Amino acid sequence: MNGVTKRFATGVAALAGVDLSVARGEFLSLLGPSGCGKSTLLRIIAGLIPASAGACRLSLDHAPGRIGFVFQDPTLMPWSTVTGNILLPFRIAGHIGAVQRERAAAAVRAVGLSGFEHAYPYQLSGGMRMRVSIARALVTEPDLLLLDEPFAALDEITRLALNDDLLRLWAERRPTIIFVTHSVFESAYLSTRIAVMTARPGRISADLAVDLSQPRDRATRTSPEYAAICERVSAALAQAMGTTR
Amino acid sequence: MNRRLERIAAPLGVGFLFLALWQAATHLFGVPVYILPAPSDIAQSLWTDGPSLMGSLLVTLRITLAALAAAALGGGSIALVFSLSRVIEISFFPYAVILQVTPIVAIAPLIIIWVHTPFLALLTCAWIVAFFPIVSNTTVGLNSADRNLLALFRLYGASRWQALWLLRVPTALPYFLAGLRISGGLALIGAVVAEFVAGTGGAETGLAYRILEAGYRLAIPRLFAALFLLSVTGIVIYLVLDFISRRLLRNWHESATPEEE
Repeated sequence: MNGVTKRFATGVAALAGVDLSVARGEFLSLLGPSGCGKSTLLRIIAGLIPASAGACRLSLDHAPGRIGFVFQDPTLMPWSTVTGNILLPFRIAGHIGAVQRERAAAAVRAVGLSGFEHAYPYQLSGGMRMRVSIARALVTEPDLLLLDEPFAALDEITRLALNDDLLRLWAERRPTIIFVTHSVFESAYLSTRIAVMTARPGRISADLAVDLSQPRDRATRTSPEYAAICERVSAALAQAMGTTR
Repeated sequence: MNRRLERIAAPLGVGFLFLALWQAATHLFGVPVYILPAPSDIAQSLWTDGPSLMGSLLVTLRITLAALAAAALGGGSIALVFSLSRVIEISFFPYAVILQVTPIVAIAPLIIIWVHTPFLALLTCAWIVAFFPIVSNTTVGLNSADRNLLALFRLYGASRWQALWLLRVPTALPYFLAGLRISGGLALIGAVVAEFVAGTGGAETGLAYRILEAGYRLAIPRLFAALFLLSVTGIVIYLVLDFISRRLLRNWHESATPEEE
């Protein structure tokens, strides 16, 4: 993917002239205070809502299944099992055969939910539900994965574990990831690049490269380089929020 | 287990106590049987008139169940049509409300004049009373699908029909079943009211008419016996529908999944 450019101004000016291009295989975090239009931007990229002005171009195949989306809530169908939920993209595409079932099984394994294939969402913890949601987004092997504050509602321990899982899954297949968050530490740990956004109207105020070595693990979190990047990102965020006052 | 026993034993205890007091009071004050029969008189009447009352119960039950089935089918279909077209919903919903708020006792004589087959006339009355909770509940349910799931369906290129069958209909199921439980009782009420208005519909007489008849003849124990059968029928209908609802929702809906301790 190269060259996503957007300029828009909705009625309430959620986003004002956002210019952004994301390269294929990049892990980009959109970081900003609540209500800065991060989620709106993500939905425009997904094609779920139209931009009121400007254009969003995706240089990837726009066929169904090429984009995966993970919401802040797991957004599962409570009447369906883990496998049933993960098979949803295939069910909508109209064909579920041996290949699709194998891919769903692989997705279940990839997020560490083996043994829970036939469990219903109510039987799972919050973290496990989020894993199902991620597995559903990954099952079509998307080129672009959009995540909208997926771990915001989870406890710290689960969140760290899922951070590592997400990095591993990204390293394996290298989809382009756009990750919305309001956590400085999470964005610095996960991404290769961070776009900091201002609030009302949302625009991108800073664009920082994160040149921490890969793969990242627990040692990364305590390294001085990580601390330095967190400080830079914090400063950029403080500046972004200062401009709105 | 103990709590379960409590839930059954406690109301039963209250019932027995009430019956005992009733029995004692009728004897103590010498209340004549044509004013208030003792529970023992009613039990005896239930025994002697039981077979003929059961025959009448069957007539009423047939109307009730047919009306409930028609309400489930008709109400569900109407709600589906409403969910497919906003214009149709806002155009017709007020008329469903009008049909609901007009007392059935007031419309029943008209329906009995217009519909010549007694069974169909009674069925229509009971249906009018029973269908609204299903329509209104199911309509709400069909419109309650998770917004993010709807977005996800769009993202994966789902058609309108797929969103309906795979998402809206399952979402609406608990709402529909809640409506159905209300309608079960209403269908019985509708059938009884219609029978009251219609009187005896030819060879077959329902339980409601037997109550009227017993009243005219001052056969008060039989009246109570018929009343008792009606109540039991209503309770059984509710329990059956509740059971069906729990079975269908047991794997996922909060109303039917076990509570966390």
